[in-house]
Formats: sequence, C-alpha cells, structure tokens
Amino acid sequence: MKTLMQAAFAAGAFCLAASTALADPAVVYDAGGKFDKSFNEAAYNGIEKFKAETGTSYLEFEVQADAQREQAFRKMAQRGADPIIGIGFSQESAIKKVAAEFPNIRFAIIDSVVDLPNVQSIVFKEQEGSYLVGVLAALASKTGKVGFVGGMDIPLISRFQCGYAQGAKAANPNVEVIGNMTGTTPAAWNDPTRGAELAKGQFDRGVDVVFAAAGGTGTGVYQAAKDAGKLAIGVDSNQNHLQPGTMLTSMLKRVDVAVYESAKAAKEGNWKPGVTVLGLKEGGVDWALDEHNKSLITDDMKTKVEAAKADIVSGKVAVHDYMSDNSCPM
Amino acid sequence: MEELWLQAVSILAATLRTATPLVFCAMAGMFSERSGIIDIGLEGKMLAGAFAAACLAVVTGSAWLALLGAVLVGVLMALLHGLACITYRGNQVVSGVAINIMAAGLTVVLGNAWFGRGGQTPDLAPEARFMPFKILSRESAYEIPILGPLYAFVIGGHNLLVYVAFATVPVAWWVLYHTRFGLRLRAVGEDPKVVDTAGISVAWLRYRAVIIAGLLCGFAGAYLAIAQNAGFSPHMTAGRGFIALAAMVFGKWRPWPAMFACLLFGLLDAIAIRLQGVILPGIGQVPVEAIQALPYILTVVLLAGFVGRAMAPHALGQPYVKER
Repeated sequence: MKTLMQAAFAAGAFCLAASTALADPAVVYDAGGKFDKSFNEAAYNGIEKFKAETGTSYLEFEVQADAQREQAFRKMAQRGADPIIGIGFSQESAIKKVAAEFPNIRFAIIDSVVDLPNVQSIVFKEQEGSYLVGVLAALASKTGKVGFVGGMDIPLISRFQCGYAQGAKAANPNVEVIGNMTGTTPAAWNDPTRGAELAKGQFDRGVDVVFAAAGGTGTGVYQAAKDAGKLAIGVDSNQNHLQPGTMLTSMLKRVDVAVYESAKAAKEGNWKPGVTVLGLKEGGVDWALDEHNKSLITDDMKTKVEAAKADIVSGKVAVHDYMSDNSCPM
Repeated sequence: MEELWLQAVSILAATLRTATPLVFCAMAGMFSERSGIIDIGLEGKMLAGAFAAACLAVVTGSAWLALLGAVLVGVLMALLHGLACITYRGNQVVSGVAINIMAAGLTVVLGNAWFGRGGQTPDLAPEARFMPFKILSRESAYEIPILGPLYAFVIGGHNLLVYVAFATVPVAWWVLYHTRFGLRLRAVGEDPKVVDTAGISVAWLRYRAVIIAGLLCGFAGAYLAIAQNAGFSPHMTAGRGFIALAAMVFGKWRPWPAMFACLLFGLLDAIAIRLQGVILPGIGQVPVEAIQALPYILTVVLLAGFVGRAMAPHALGQPYVKER
C-alpha cells in the first residue's frame, strides 16, 4: 500500500513538473468539431502548419457541450499552454472569464472581441467574401433564385447571408434570395441531415445555387446539391474538393492563417493584444478557384467577380455589415 | 395556385423522407413493447446500425452488404438488451439507456480510431448508397398538370428504403393480428403467465420480439447513413429514436395509428423547414425558435387533448418470473 502511495505521489509530481515546463500553444475548437471540413478544420490546418514548421507541439480540446468551455480554457491555462486560441464566437464568455484569471497567459479568440490586455481578438469581414460568392451565385443561376443555408441563427451568420444577398443583387437585380437557418443551438453546426432537407426544400422552390455557411451541416447541403444536380458554395475552408463538379466555389475565411499567425507571433515574441480585422484587402476572406471548379467558372464570371473584388478593396463598393445595425438592407 | 400545389407536393415528399426512420423505429418499438419489453434503446440501436452501415459501405462499396451489417449490429444490440431484460430480468429502462449511451460513445470512438475524422466516416460514392429512383425528370413532371409532380416526387423519386419502411406497416399489422405468432406476442405482453401455462416459452417469444426490433432499427440506421445522407456523423440520429417512441405511444401500440403519428411528426418537421423566413399574412415573420418548437408543442397538445388514455400492454416493463 505504501509503495503504491509513493508511486502515485511520484506520478503526480511528474505530471506537475511536466505541466509547468510547457509553453506550447493550445487550440479549443467549437462545437462543430475538429474535422467539420469547414471552420474548425481551417483552424486545425493552421495549427498543424505551425507544428510542421516550428516543430512545436500543441494542445487541443474539442468542445462537446457548452458547460465544458470554461473548464477547457482553465485546464489549458493550468497546464501552462500559451497562447490559448479559442475558435468561434461561443468561446467569448469563457475566454473573458479565464483570461482575467490568468493575466500572464496570452489568449486569442476568432470571430469575437474580448477587450482584455492579454487577449488578441481576430474578426473577419465575412460580408465581403460572401458578397463575392453572391455575385458568382447570381451569375451561375439559371432560374434567378439562389439559396442560403445558415448554421445557428446568430448575427454572425446573418452577416454572411446579408453580404451574399448584396452580392447576388449587385450582379442581377432581379435575383431572389431564399434563406434558411438550421437551428438555434450549437447542434445546428453539425446536422447534415437537416442541412440536406433544407437544401432540398430550397431546390423545390426553384433555387439552383445554394451557399451553406453552416460548419459540418454544410456537407449535407453539398451532398443534396450533388444528388439533385444543383450547384453549392462552400464556406471557411476551400471545400471545392468535397463534391467536384457541383461545388461552384467556396467563400474562404482564412482562419488557418489567423491561427498560424497568432501562434507564430507568440513564439517569435511579437504577439500583440487588441482587435485585428481581416477583410478582402488584408487577404482574410476570398473566393476559391482551383482544378475542381474551374469548369464551372466562365471567363465572364471571373472578370465580373474580380471587378467586384477590386471595387471592394478600393472602397468603391461598401458592403453593408449586418452586425453594425442588426439589419440587412436587402 | 400551381405554385401552391408545388409547395404542397414538396412538403409531402419531405414528409415521407423524414418519416421513414421514424416508421422503422416505431414498428421496432411496437414489436418489442407488445411483447412486454420496454424499448428506450431505439435511438442507440439505430445509431449503431447507421455507423455499421457507413463503415461497411466505405470498406466494401456495397449498399446491400452495408444494410446487412446494419441489421446484424442492430440485432446484436437487441440481443444484449434481451439478455439483460429477459434472461437476467434486469430493469428494462436502465438497459435501454445503457444501450443508447454505449452506442453514442462507441460509434465516435471507433470512428475516430478507424477513420481519424472526428467520428465521421468518409463520403460515400453513389454505388455504395441507396439512391432515389428517378421515374420522371423534373421537367417532364411539370408538363403534366397536378398529377405530374405528385407522381414524380411523392409516389416516386424516393430511395428503396422509403418504400420498405412503409411496406413494413401492413406486414407488421398482418403479423400482429393475423398470425399465431402475433397472437402469442400480444398475449405475452398482456399476461405472460397465461402464455406460459399454455406451454409456450415466454423468454423465446420475447427474444424473437426484440430481435425483430433490432432488425428494424438496423434498417432505420442504414437509411440515415447510406440513403438519406452519404456517411455517418456523430450523433446523427438526433433524437429520432425518442420521437419514434413517442409516435408509437401516440398510436397506442398499433401499426397504422403509429405510422400516421410518424407521418404527422414528419409533416410538422417539413413544414417547420419551409416556414422559416416566410412572412405570413397578419403575423409577419415567425421566429425560427417558435417554428422549431412547433412539433413538440403539438405533441404535448395532441397527447394531452386528443389521444386520451394511452393503453400500454399490461405486462410492459415487468420481467417474467416463472412460478416454481
């Protein structure tokens, strides 16, 4: 019994020693999960790139339930991880609380703003990237009806929808935009069955191009589009390869770059707190063109979308941000 | 008017698609519960079946082998339930909950270990799935007024398992009410002692009932993973097993009413999806939350107000102890 106790103490001491020595970055993924082929997977790719380049290992946590968020961040902080990168707006309150408790550890949050001296907030101008894919959707649509499937019904996703609608209307003023949200809980990020059903409902109403900004739910939307012979637009990661031939394009949101830059800056010592806004100009959002969709994008479409991009970058076209006043002019 | 009709047709088609796994599970639950074994584990058996179907479809590329695998896994889980509840006379609710938790955990862990995609399976090719039968193209369907779309999308245009689901209902009805096995099954759920006195094995009857339940849950799982979707994702059953259980209670443990209850749930879901973002005259835009709560609110209202007393099989949930 005594030796067993000693062994246990020794093991405990070892763990403690190991944890204090650690200064690796940590990533806390959102409810969609690390392999959602979209938002969280982009973060995963970013941190994997960092690992491959620097040889530094990292800690990770996949949130399964809301109650785990705070625990996850506290656990990472106690283990000495630095910086700790929270993926997704849902991590806001957990980071706010835990970052205040550990003022010496650096935190980063994607998609939300936490105003603390040790937190870096990275937000994207999703409306600008969505505008571009909206232009493409309207140009590719033969019926004049384009669809949108959002994940959870939150202002951030309405921002995607609003930008998309503005782009579609800019390319074709007569286009009709039909939008649906998957749900009102984080489970809406991972419900491909419902995503497919929403997409089928839109196809029945005449939609022939659908944009899904819904994390893992999107895979169901793309599958439904393929089964019905319609076009779909991916989100966050380049999802063109998921269903080659029916993926019109993807709205890129470079979460991978943001995660990579944050971890790298922390390692190199030039990490800064505060808010970083990444738009078209900064290369934070874009549209995807690769070998999987080049047959779907005509030269005319390409010229028009590149013109729209140049207009936004130069400031000639201002895309309305839904979150600035919680309303969409469309 | 025509637009409205097309909407209605589209809602009906979606109703059939969403009701299919519910019908399989409701029939499964009915067989099990009519024999006196409570089946909370419909959800878990369906989930395990879905996972088995997706894995086998990935490995073998054959939808039929995948279906067979799903059925086998469903039956194995059901036998486990039977072992706990019939042979060892354990608490049937506890065993059912255990099956649900086990399926939810095992599928994700095994999926992660085998495919390394966070519990998802790789996407399936059309050959490895049950694809919808296309009996009429969309364009030619619209050429025939009224009946064209109805024929193309509601009667036709589904995958094989949808038809199988609705075919199980008359079969279940026939087995339950017009065969010797059905009579004995109903008797064993009402009063096992009488069946035992007649010299018929209560345990074997109940085992057969749970095996049928497992088989049907396997079908439901295969439908979700390789027909409606193209692969497994964690917790993809999303409570459908419990909705099916509610539909079965709603239908008072009878095949046809249970099927109509499943269709009602399917219809509400289909309407909920299409009502989103639509501006209703006089009401304005209905919030998403309200629409999503609609099926559940109606369940409570209907259960409380219209169904009346739910008459469960008399011996439901009681393990049978042979008198010595």
